[in-house]
Amino acid sequence: MKTGAGALLTLAGFFAVLSLFSIGGGNSAIPEMHRYAVDVQHWLTDRQFADTFALSQLTPGPNLIIVALIGFHVAGVLGAVVAMLAMCGPTGIAAYFVGRASERFKGKAWHGALSRGLVPVTIGLTAASRPASAFESWAKLNVK
Amino acid sequence: MNESSPTRASAAPSTASSPHPPPPSLFALFVAFATIALCGFGGVLAWSHRVMVEERRWLTPEQFNQTYALCSMLPGGNILNFSVIFGSRFRGVLGALVAIAGLLGPPMLLIMIIGTIYAHYGEMPALRRALTGIASAAAGLMMATVAKMARPLFVNRRSIAVPLVAVATFAAIGVMQWPLPLVLAAIIPVSIGISWVRL
Repeated sequence: MKTGAGALLTLAGFFAVLSLFSIGGGNSAIPEMHRYAVDVQHWLTDRQFADTFALSQLTPGPNLIIVALIGFHVAGVLGAVVAMLAMCGPTGIAAYFVGRASERFKGKAWHGALSRGLVPVTIGLTAASRPASAFESWAKLNVK
Repeated sequence: MNESSPTRASAAPSTASSPHPPPPSLFALFVAFATIALCGFGGVLAWSHRVMVEERRWLTPEQFNQTYALCSMLPGGNILNFSVIFGSRFRGVLGALVAIAGLLGPPMLLIMIIGTIYAHYGEMPALRRALTGIASAAAGLMMATVAKMARPLFVNRRSIAVPLVAVATFAAIGVMQWPLPLVLAAIIPVSIGISWVRL
């Protein structure tokens, strides 16, 4: 386990990049977190990762809270904060500007069509993927 | 949607379609998102709908659906994006920061305490059994929320095209397991087309 600024930078870099590729909710990023934390960085053993996943699901809050627990394990409280900031910062800033743009164009016909058009797709997607992917990622970890 | 009506629902707050309450204060934003976070076991979508639509009535069911749909198409956690967009809509940058702090602060404190306990006591076989229980409960809660969110699709539209898009998306991802980017690239233009035609 690395300590100090190096570990914090590694955490920040990994989760910032990961967040940009996690479309469709936090659980879709679990396999990649597992690969990086266990196989690449050896921050956690397989077993510890499975327990980390379980703990994060048992703790109330967004599923992405697992990021804070991985950061905490690597570099304490500062690690948790840095990892979570990296996971939410870039995507949060993007969401902020998209939200503002969306407010600006509210009332335009194409904006209404776009907003309403995304709804049934999201509902179908939520019904299909979320509980299933949580179960699957758990099952995969549990087998090992 | 009716931005120009500052009407307060002074009469009985009867239905979900009643006029909006006044915009939430920073404190109210923090409390709302902290509530969502601390009640949300195994995912926070269900409690977001409950707090935002059913309890606080800050959003109509349709507005919730549209905001959530936008967030789920953006990278990052869906409800994290939701808190940023919702907070900033009423209170700007500060609102976004306060909302996300409410959503993340309390669970982060909790998980660090839990992580410390775990580090002391090491492996806990009971964890796995507890997780199986909470995962099934979370899956059930999720499906109930999906049903709630789908209701406006059936109530407000005469055609079955819109619910059909939801069913087709579910079938393509959940049953056929086709790749997500391809399915989205095919179905989003169709769905936007349908809502354009049905303006």
